[in-house]
Amino acid sequence: MDIINLDALAIAESIREGEISAVDATTAFLERIREVEAIVNAYINVSYEEAARRAEMIDAMLAEGRDPGPLAGVPIAVKDLLSTRGFTTTCGSRMLENFVPVYDATVVGRVGEAGMVMLGKANMDEFAMGSSTETSYFGPTRNPWNPDTVPGGSSGGSAAAVSAGEAPWALGSDTGGSIRQPAAMCGIVGMKPTYGLVSRYGLVAFASSLDQVGPMARNVGDCAALLGVIAGHDPMDSTSIPAEKVDYQGRLDGEVRGLKVGVVKEISSRGIDEGVLERFRAAVSKLEGLGMEVGEISLPSFEYALSAYYVIAPAEASSNLARFDGVRYGFRASAEGEDIWEMYDRTRSIGFGSEVKRRIILGTYVLSAGYYDAYYGQARKVRTLIVKEFERAFRTYDVLVSPTTPSVAFRLGEKVDDPLTMYLSDMCTIPVNLAGIPAISLPCGLSEGMPVGFQLMGPALGEATVLNVAYALESELGFDQRPPIGRS
Amino acid sequence: MEFETVIGLEIHVELSTDSKMFCSCSAGFGGEPNTKTCPVCLGHPGSLPVPNRRAVNDTILLALALNCDITGCSIFHRKNYFYPDMPKNFQISQYDIPISSGGTLEIDMGEYTRTVGITRVHLEEDTGKSVHVGESGRIHGAEYSLEDFNRAGIPLAEIVSEPDLRTPDEARKFMQLLHSTIRYLEISDCKMEEGSLRCDANISVAVDGSMGTKVEIKNMNSFRAMHRALTYEEQRQRRTIRDGGEVVQETRHWDDARGTTSPLRSKEEAFDYRYFPEPDLVPLEPDEAWVRELREGLPELPGDRVRRFVSEYGLSREIAETLTGERALADYFEDAAGKGQDPVAVAKWIAGDLGALLNDAAVTIQSCPVGTGGLSELVELIDGGVISGKMAKDVLKEAFETGNSPRLIVEEKGLTQIADESELDTLVDEVIEENPGAADDMRDGKEQALKFLMGQVMKKTRGKANPKAASDIIRKRLT
Repeated sequence: MDIINLDALAIAESIREGEISAVDATTAFLERIREVEAIVNAYINVSYEEAARRAEMIDAMLAEGRDPGPLAGVPIAVKDLLSTRGFTTTCGSRMLENFVPVYDATVVGRVGEAGMVMLGKANMDEFAMGSSTETSYFGPTRNPWNPDTVPGGSSGGSAAAVSAGEAPWALGSDTGGSIRQPAAMCGIVGMKPTYGLVSRYGLVAFASSLDQVGPMARNVGDCAALLGVIAGHDPMDSTSIPAEKVDYQGRLDGEVRGLKVGVVKEISSRGIDEGVLERFRAAVSKLEGLGMEVGEISLPSFEYALSAYYVIAPAEASSNLARFDGVRYGFRASAEGEDIWEMYDRTRSIGFGSEVKRRIILGTYVLSAGYYDAYYGQARKVRTLIVKEFERAFRTYDVLVSPTTPSVAFRLGEKVDDPLTMYLSDMCTIPVNLAGIPAISLPCGLSEGMPVGFQLMGPALGEATVLNVAYALESELGFDQRPPIGRS
Repeated sequence: MEFETVIGLEIHVELSTDSKMFCSCSAGFGGEPNTKTCPVCLGHPGSLPVPNRRAVNDTILLALALNCDITGCSIFHRKNYFYPDMPKNFQISQYDIPISSGGTLEIDMGEYTRTVGITRVHLEEDTGKSVHVGESGRIHGAEYSLEDFNRAGIPLAEIVSEPDLRTPDEARKFMQLLHSTIRYLEISDCKMEEGSLRCDANISVAVDGSMGTKVEIKNMNSFRAMHRALTYEEQRQRRTIRDGGEVVQETRHWDDARGTTSPLRSKEEAFDYRYFPEPDLVPLEPDEAWVRELREGLPELPGDRVRRFVSEYGLSREIAETLTGERALADYFEDAAGKGQDPVAVAKWIAGDLGALLNDAAVTIQSCPVGTGGLSELVELIDGGVISGKMAKDVLKEAFETGNSPRLIVEEKGLTQIADESELDTLVDEVIEENPGAADDMRDGKEQALKFLMGQVMKKTRGKANPKAASDIIRKRLT
């Protein structure tokens, strides 16, 4: 059996039916990792021994007739900014190169309770700041579709791992598009849930009011199932929504006739590559073919979303990252005779990469006395406008759609020295985070041989509808191509 | 030049909740360093705060006791600055929308009263504790510093007063009343020496009615230190102005041993805290029923109790203030006074001898061996002439030590006063006979001789003679 090409739910079923063991599944993926990691670099640390031990334990439990959880033995990759007890959590930074947390993130606990086996910690832009996974201290991840291109970011490691068959699915996090943009570039499915649906406890914060953990998988069904595992109220996170658990996967029926789709004018025209637009338009007509009513909607504040985001996110980041100071844990650079202020300076100068420092400085500036109202205060007003525009749009439409990214994956090094151009690659995804609503990206074909992502957005807590429309579109598109990596 | 001192206070109170402000670690005082910690209060990556309901409750209670308005929807902010005792390098505090604002506290200065405005009462988290090893004792120039995060995250209520205080005396009175008010609410130990009550002051001197430059004073670790620091600073600022100098806006450090203040940092060196709304927390919205319940459950507060003790029991303001300083002591007094004896006498014994005994033995009024019944009995024995006031002191001491009732002690020791005239007559005759010189002096009208003769009577009776009866007899015989 070609285990690494099975969907996650198919692996779960095979293990449950006794066709394969948890050890078989884990071993297959660990072998695939050994085979392609030298090129892809999707993982920062692979848990070879821990994963093997855990798989054995699950097999033992199954043999004894005990229940190791509904997804027993299914391997998973975890973005390296989710706290894993006893296993290094680096956030892609030198600052935390050797940092071993003392606790598990709530979502890590939940995938564990479901019986999953963590294969390792996926590569990412340093502290999730980036759109290409090139700012990782541990080297860039390469796109399995073309190793000369980036996988997107910041969850580029998670996306590449799933795309290259190094994991059946993965956990990512999305602050301005960090799940959807790499999912689009690597030809997989990735979802950013409603803010507050998934616990942030143990997610190392980039921008607290925007961050959200989400599922990344090869198809919508797996994505829905993984969301079902991680979603749900957590008393450890004050911003977590006390909502009822929903069986997202069980509600996928592809019945979307009569639903209204709004094409967002502002993010589906300007600055989008022609090839991407072509695939996008083709997918929109598939939605029409499914009996959905398609209209166009204008959301004028979107023009300001990127600017507002690059004030709010760095502001929060500058405060969130203040704790990395060399005093209690992580990297410390100090020399004999230095006082603590010099130690702070050296530690943070050396421990952080340039993109992180750029954002800390930017964030510190916009919060400074005399500048707060002009920048942070103003950005919050824009954010409120965006929230209201979305609310109004969802009074008419069930879902809104746009391309996920303005282009397909770009070449390594192409934008890394040009931050403003790099920031533009998140222009379609950022408004969703500012509004706190759910959105999914699924592949809608290839352009220049590289995957194109289609973004579906829904109202707050509208995950079930978004997933169902994505599910219907996925069947209609029949996109089943896999990247050529490691194939002879 | 006419000077007027203007003082405003900023007080921090550690709330005595079971757990910390944003995590479930114990909020108890002390313990082995860094044993009361977890990922949240150590600021580990990914950890998040969850507010302590009890701390919110107690802060609202305090705000209500200070006549503040409770904010329907208040916001936590992050106060950003780097310091090694702050695990996140920001403190979760409140900024422009605190949990309460606009209160008052009235202080009675004897000749006048003053209503001091309370700007706000808000809620925040405490920092850890640093020990800077090195000559300076401060972080600058320290060889190394030790950090204990047991205190990090303990809930702190911050009270900010309006600049309504005019003298160091008023400031001390304000702090004393605030201290007893907080103790009445049973929300904090309020121990300045353990740091559970801390006070910073802003002080300026207005000249001929025009506002002066404000100086902040830190490190005042007792009411006495605060009074001394403010007195010093008031004089320093007046002298500076009188000498034609200018008071600089700065933060100054009180050195208790040297009795002086010295510059800590100037206005230019002040931190820019970059406050912004804490995105990890949702707004605080206490429901009205909760606030109403707290308001209705407020105990009688010390200020009101002083006024009532003066009017209802006829106590002096001083003694009423002493008795109401602690809620349990005031309760003890009311219970004892309710047993039928003269409340002024009862108050005097509690505030005086009993207070001293408790103090010396470091015993609280709650575990005082002399019950309110015993104290009332003591006053009854004095009033009935059974024992003298002087004897009563010994009786109270013994009652305190043994736990026996005063009446029992008096009976067992045969301490009853000799007030019987015939018995005293015989005794006085004996004394006159044995001390003819003194008797002559007395006849010559030398009053000092009376003292000597009384002493002799007391010696013979081992102090049991009723002094008034005995001296009456001596006078009758010798004048």
